[in-house]
Amino acid sequence: MFNKPNLKFLSGDEAVAYGAYRAGCHVATAYPGTPSTEILETIAKFNGEINCEWSVNEKVAVEVAIGASIAGARSLAAMKHVGVNVAMDPIMTFTYTGVNGGMVVAAADDPSLHSSQNEQDTRNLVKFAKAALFEPSDSQEAYDMTREAFELSERTGAIVFVRLTTRTAHTSSMVDLGDDFGYGNVPVKEYVKNVRKYVAVPANARVMRYDAEKRLALMKAESEKSKFNTVRLDGKEVGVVTSGVAYGYVMEHFEKDSVLKLGFSNPLPLDLIRDFASKVEKLYVVEELDPVIRDGIAAAGIKVEPHDVELSMMELNPDRVGALYAEIKGLKKESAAAEEAPEIPALPTRPPVLCAGCSHRGVFHMLSKLKAVVSGDIGCYTLGSVPPLSAMDTTICMGASIGAAFGMEKAGLDRKIAAVIGDSTFFHSGMTGLLNVVYNNGAVTVIVLDNRITGMTGHQNNPGSGKTLSGEDAPQANIAEICRALGVRRVFEVDAYDLKQLEEVIGTELEVPEPSVIVAYGTCVLAVRRNIGATPYKVDPDKCVACGVCFRIGCPAIVKGDPKGRLFKSYIEPTTCVGCTTCSQVCKFGAISSTGEEENN
Amino acid sequence: MKTIVNVTLVGVGGQGILLTSDILARVAAASGKSVRKSELHGMSQRGGSVMSQIRFSDDPLAVFGPVVPAGQTDVLVAFEKLEAIRNYGMLKKDTGMAIIDDRDLVPTTVSSGAQEGLQDSIAVIEKLFGDRFKLLGATAIALELGSPRFANMVLAGALSKMMPFEIEVWHAAMRECIKPGFIDVNLKAFDIGRG
Repeated sequence: MFNKPNLKFLSGDEAVAYGAYRAGCHVATAYPGTPSTEILETIAKFNGEINCEWSVNEKVAVEVAIGASIAGARSLAAMKHVGVNVAMDPIMTFTYTGVNGGMVVAAADDPSLHSSQNEQDTRNLVKFAKAALFEPSDSQEAYDMTREAFELSERTGAIVFVRLTTRTAHTSSMVDLGDDFGYGNVPVKEYVKNVRKYVAVPANARVMRYDAEKRLALMKAESEKSKFNTVRLDGKEVGVVTSGVAYGYVMEHFEKDSVLKLGFSNPLPLDLIRDFASKVEKLYVVEELDPVIRDGIAAAGIKVEPHDVELSMMELNPDRVGALYAEIKGLKKESAAAEEAPEIPALPTRPPVLCAGCSHRGVFHMLSKLKAVVSGDIGCYTLGSVPPLSAMDTTICMGASIGAAFGMEKAGLDRKIAAVIGDSTFFHSGMTGLLNVVYNNGAVTVIVLDNRITGMTGHQNNPGSGKTLSGEDAPQANIAEICRALGVRRVFEVDAYDLKQLEEVIGTELEVPEPSVIVAYGTCVLAVRRNIGATPYKVDPDKCVACGVCFRIGCPAIVKGDPKGRLFKSYIEPTTCVGCTTCSQVCKFGAISSTGEEENN
Repeated sequence: MKTIVNVTLVGVGGQGILLTSDILARVAAASGKSVRKSELHGMSQRGGSVMSQIRFSDDPLAVFGPVVPAGQTDVLVAFEKLEAIRNYGMLKKDTGMAIIDDRDLVPTTVSSGAQEGLQDSIAVIEKLFGDRFKLLGATAIALELGSPRFANMVLAGALSKMMPFEIEVWHAAMRECIKPGFIDVNLKAFDIGRG
């Protein structure tokens, strides 16, 4: 619907995918993770030119991309910031051997932890890995830079990172794909066996160590003259060095000052920066998260001005950069919004919750009831930690639940200990932890919440789904069989909606002095859209005694109804309820039953 | 001064806010504006507060940052009353206008008894917004059409009255973004919202 054929309105994630397509990327891999997931989802929608997959974890994703590169293909691996940690092992050595076909890692950071367990700045790891770094500030740059990243990788032999943050990944703007847009038909390079290059044993790797350093020099020469590093010389008093999404906020405030935008920021183009610094009186750096550019510039002996406004934690926004501008210019802090704003009353918070009808709810209700210590993991089910379920004691990282539960056991914690992990997380890095429990004669009880899909990130297929990223049929991994093969003798498969069965099995297994796995099966209610046409349940106010037990399962469909003394009877929102039956199972008074009426849809 | 129009959509995960903002952004882009649309995915989809922002301008170099500064929203579309109140500070002083669905989605923090709910949200809205809001029974209208899911297009219809774009462009964008099987009822919802 736009006036030029190759104009597209794309998010940063989508633009990375289009850039890879234009560059003739041959192989693309990823493990889903907000805010990076849409990169591979977009690649999968092309016409199959790019061989793409959901890998079981980020390390495997990078290893597949590395193999493809060695074999001469252009490859891309995408992940969120914490996924980069998982993938660092192969990256740190491939940076020694160098690429054959160009290799790009698209990594998306999540400042302000909108959907993550920590806020880390991938740029530190890019520097650590001696790789090249592009930092797009919008979708057009995400497209242009990804396209160029493959070329740069092949010219220098280095891995090239394209680093997005939440606001570049999930902001959409117009992208000009170019008149010649199409799949870049780049031939797969020839593979030549080269033991000295690709076999990182000490004797070879010692030589490679120097090669990695030589590549850094090549990259630095490129960054000095890169078209992605742009200077706008204006006022002589203040110069701002910036990168990524921070560039947009800088341009909105520092309208009359000089600005150096670093799109190619590792290795730093120090000559360019030094030249820019010499043309302004005071040099400032505005970047999102850690002071990576700032420290690099300062370490080179270029003076960077300090400031009081804190910018290194949580995502930037126009107001924070505006506060810095005000400080630099000695302006009175403008806060038009705050000044005369009428008082807003204290409001209840609205944290995310398990969906109405979620198959995880019953398990957490039981763990709460059984007063178990719960070692949790990463996924929707981390929401089992919030009140009123409050059924989680710790969550660290993907796959940590089982190892951490075993550690609690080893520490002698004399409580019922359960590890709770989702299907996708189990495949990602839970299986090794479980094998460790079996091998070391542990007794951890593991509950796998198996909904056959990667839920939190928006329903991506995984080895348990029976489908690949591109929708092809695939063998369906059976979690119970895997656990038996790992040596677990007590493996149980239960219906996640059957509270009675859950209570019996979980209650028994928490006491058993050997490892056990309970696979609680229930499809993701959001993925299968059971809520369309499902029959909602209702509360009979004559039978409800306002005991409040159904409020304690934390279902968003159950709200306060008629008052009864100081307590409230419950009421079920028929537009939210999907009829999962969990509340009717916890009600001891038989007050909750099906409406029996099909929603007219 | 470069003129930028800022629209902020707020509500609860699952209400169709992202689809609505996608349609508005496409309409603005197809109408020749320079546009940025920024949204938050992930955790917030699971019944938490959701926000999406669209900024557009005739000047191709006006819109740099993806985020609307506090107190700079021209039109606030609230899919729920509590979220309207929560985001009052986004609205531009004196000229900002809000479209609010007359719907209460009680947070589990309140239904579980952990926090106090707001007693009379309409009174608070009247006090805060004065005459700068339009209350709409979008969900009620949507229910008559068969599902609360169509409330977003009722609100989009109301929003379209305040935006400088042709109705044909709105319809075209909806056809691009909505599955063919659902387009007719969504168009109907939109037209009712437009009034």
